[in-house]
Amino acid sequence: MTGAVAVAEGPRPAPSSSGRASARARSGAAHIYGWLLLLPAAVLLGAFTHFPAVATFIESFYSTPKGARPSRFVGLDNYSAMLEDPIFWKSLENNAIYAAGTIPASIALALLMALWVNGKIRGRGLLRLAYFTPTVLPMIAVANIWLFFYTPDYGLVDQIAKLFGAGAHNWLGSRATALVCLMIVTIWKEAGFFMIFYLAALQQISPVLAEAAAIEGSGRWYFFRRITFPLLMPTTLFVLVNAIINAFRMVDHVVVMTRGGPDNATELLLFYIYEVAFRFWDTAYGATLTIVLLLILAGLALGQFLYFDRRVHYR
Amino acid sequence: MSVSLKRMLGTAIVAGSLAIGAAARAETTLQFYFPVAVGGPITKIIDGMVADFEKANPTIKVKPIYAGSYQDTITKVLTAIKGGDVPQLSVILSTDMYTLIDEDAIVPIDSLLKTDDDKKWLAGFYPGFMENSQTGGKTWGVPFQRSTIVMYWNKDAFKEAGLDPEKPPQTWDELVAYGQKLTKRDDKGNVTQWAIQIPSSGFPYWLFQALTTQNDVRLMNEAGTKTNYDDPKVVEALQFWVDLSRKHKIHPPGITDWGTTPKDFFERKVAIMWTTTGNLTNVRANAKFPFGVAMMPGNKRRGSPTGGGNFYVFKKSTPEQQAASLVFMKWMTSPEQAAKWGIATGYVAVSAAAWETPVMQAYVKEFPPAAVARDQLQYAVAELSTHDNQRVTKALNDGLQAALTGSKTPAAAMKDAQAEADRILKTYR
Repeated sequence: MTGAVAVAEGPRPAPSSSGRASARARSGAAHIYGWLLLLPAAVLLGAFTHFPAVATFIESFYSTPKGARPSRFVGLDNYSAMLEDPIFWKSLENNAIYAAGTIPASIALALLMALWVNGKIRGRGLLRLAYFTPTVLPMIAVANIWLFFYTPDYGLVDQIAKLFGAGAHNWLGSRATALVCLMIVTIWKEAGFFMIFYLAALQQISPVLAEAAAIEGSGRWYFFRRITFPLLMPTTLFVLVNAIINAFRMVDHVVVMTRGGPDNATELLLFYIYEVAFRFWDTAYGATLTIVLLLILAGLALGQFLYFDRRVHYR
Repeated sequence: MSVSLKRMLGTAIVAGSLAIGAAARAETTLQFYFPVAVGGPITKIIDGMVADFEKANPTIKVKPIYAGSYQDTITKVLTAIKGGDVPQLSVILSTDMYTLIDEDAIVPIDSLLKTDDDKKWLAGFYPGFMENSQTGGKTWGVPFQRSTIVMYWNKDAFKEAGLDPEKPPQTWDELVAYGQKLTKRDDKGNVTQWAIQIPSSGFPYWLFQALTTQNDVRLMNEAGTKTNYDDPKVVEALQFWVDLSRKHKIHPPGITDWGTTPKDFFERKVAIMWTTTGNLTNVRANAKFPFGVAMMPGNKRRGSPTGGGNFYVFKKSTPEQQAASLVFMKWMTSPEQAAKWGIATGYVAVSAAAWETPVMQAYVKEFPPAAVARDQLQYAVAELSTHDNQRVTKALNDGLQAALTGSKTPAAAMKDAQAEADRILKTYR
C-alpha cells in the first residue's frame, strides 16, 4: 500500500501548503488507486479460486441434479454418505501412504543430488541437466514411459530382473506393488525439481563459512549438519510445502498407469474426486470430497507454517 | 436514440438474421465427436469417410472431432452439455445409453424418422446390436463401431505344443487341457509363454461377461435397474477365471493390461488372447506368425457380449441439424460405408446388407477370420448396462479385480459388488 501511495503522490507538488480536508481527500484517492492496482489480481483470484471454493462448499449441501430431477437441499447427507463410503477411506489411506512414502524420499534425494552437482566435478552441467530432465517432461509422457518399464516380462524392470534370475512380475497388476510403483515414478519426477531449489540455496551460502570451518578442522558431515543444513531450512520448508501439495495434487500418472486399480489399490483422493464428478457425474458428492481435500490441504499448510516458522532460520 | 436510428438498427438486425437463415438453409454444420479405442489410423479413416460424405452431400458440413477414449468422449460431451457448446452427434459407448437418457441429453432416433426408407434403414441392423440401443420401446442409438470379443490364437505355438493348429479349443475343459500344453517354462520354472490371457484392466466386466454368458447367466435385467452379480453361476464363472491362473497356472497372475495384451500376443508371451474383434486389422498387420480367429469356447453355451459405440443425436440442436444428422448417420451406416469401415478396422459391419456387398464378400473370401465375429452374433447378448452405469460397472470391476488379485474369494467379491450395485440402483426401481 505504501508503495502505491508513493507512486500516486510522486508527480504532484509537495502537500505542505494544503489543508487537512484536501489531504484526507488525497489519501482517499490514494486508497482507490491502490485498490485499482490490486484489482486485476483480486478479480482473477476471486473468480477462479475463492468463488469456486465457496460455490463448491455450498454445492456439497445439495443433491446432484439429474435430468428431470432438479437439485435440492439435503443438508449433511452427502457427508454422511461419504463417511460410509469404503472407497473414500481407501483413497484417504492410499494418499497418506503415498505422501509418507514420496515426500521424505524425494526431498532427501533432491538434497543429495544438489550437494553432488554443487561440487566441483567434471561434466557438472551435464549432470545437472540429467537430474532436471524428469521435471521438464510432461507427466503423461513420463507415465507412458514407466508403463513400459513395468510391463510384465519384456518391460525394462523385468528384463533387468531376469539378468539376476528372477521371473516375470506383474508390477502394476498386483495390489501389493502397484502403489509403490506409482510412488517411485513420483519420487523420480519430483526429486529433480526440488534439487534446483536446493542448488540455488547452496550457491547462496558464502564460501567463507566453508573456509572457516576447514581452518577449525570440522569434518564434512559435521559441517553439513551444523552449517549447511540449518542454512537450507527456509528452502526445505518451501520444498516441503510444495511436496505435500503435490502429493495430493498429482494424479496424471494414476490416469495413465492404473486408473485407480487393481481393486482401488492406487485410488488417490484427487483421482477419486475426478471419477465421482466426471465419470459418475455425481457432482454434489464430488463437491463434498473436494471440501475434504481443501480442508486437508489448508490444515497441513497452516500446521507447517505455524510449526516450522519458529524453527526456520531466515537470514 | 432517434427514431430513424432505431429503425435503421432494426432493419440491419432483420437483414442480418435473414442472411444467417439463408446460410443455414444452404449449409448445415454438424459437430461430430468420435473416440478411438483400437489400434490403426482411425482418425484418418474417419476424416476420409467424412470428406466422401461432404462430396455426396454438399449442403451439409461435418466437423469430425477426435475426443480421446470412450471415457474421455462422454466426459467431454456431458461437460459440453453443461457448458452450452454441444456437438450435434457423437459416437459413444452403447452402454452409456441410460446415462445419456438420465441426463436428458439425447433424442430418440425414432423421432427423426420421416419416410418409409428411414424406417427400413433402422430395421436393417443386426438385432444383437439393437439390444443395447433400445429401451422403453424407443431406439436411442444407431450401431456404428460395434464388436464382440473373439479368440485369437498363435498357430505356431499350437504346432510346437503338439496341438492341431487349425483346431482351437471349443469348451472350457478343452481350453484348460490345451492350456497345460501351451504353457512353457524354463529350467528354473519361470514361465516363458502363457497359454491364455483375458485382460482385466480398465473394463474387466466386459471380458467377464463373455464367461458369464458362456455359463448361461445374465448380469442385469432389461430395464437396467437390477444386477445379478451374486448369482451362483456368476460366481462359478469368476471362479473359472481365477482358477486359470491360481489352480491351472496357465494364465498370467494378477491384473493383465488391456492395452498391452495384443503386444503380449505379438511378442509370443501368450498363445491365446481374448480381445475385441476391433483389433483384427491391427493383429493382421503386426503378428509375425500365422494366427487364427475363432469364437470363444463355450461351457453351458457359447457367448459374448456385444460392445463398442453407437451414434447419438443430442437434444440441443436445431431441427435442421437433427435432419442433417440423420442423413449423415444413414450414409455412415449404409452397406458400402459399413463394409469399408469394417474392413479398415475389424469392427463388425452392422447390417446384413453390408456383408452382401461385393467388396465385403471379396474380403471375407480372402480373409475368412473377418466373418467370425458376425457368426458369433447369434450367441451374443447385450453388454452390461444399467442406470448410473459407470458406478454400477465399477462395483463389478472392483470385485473382479479383488478376486483376480486374491484379496477376496470370488463369492465374497461378488456379494460385495451386488450389495454396492443394489445401493446405487435402489433409487431407480
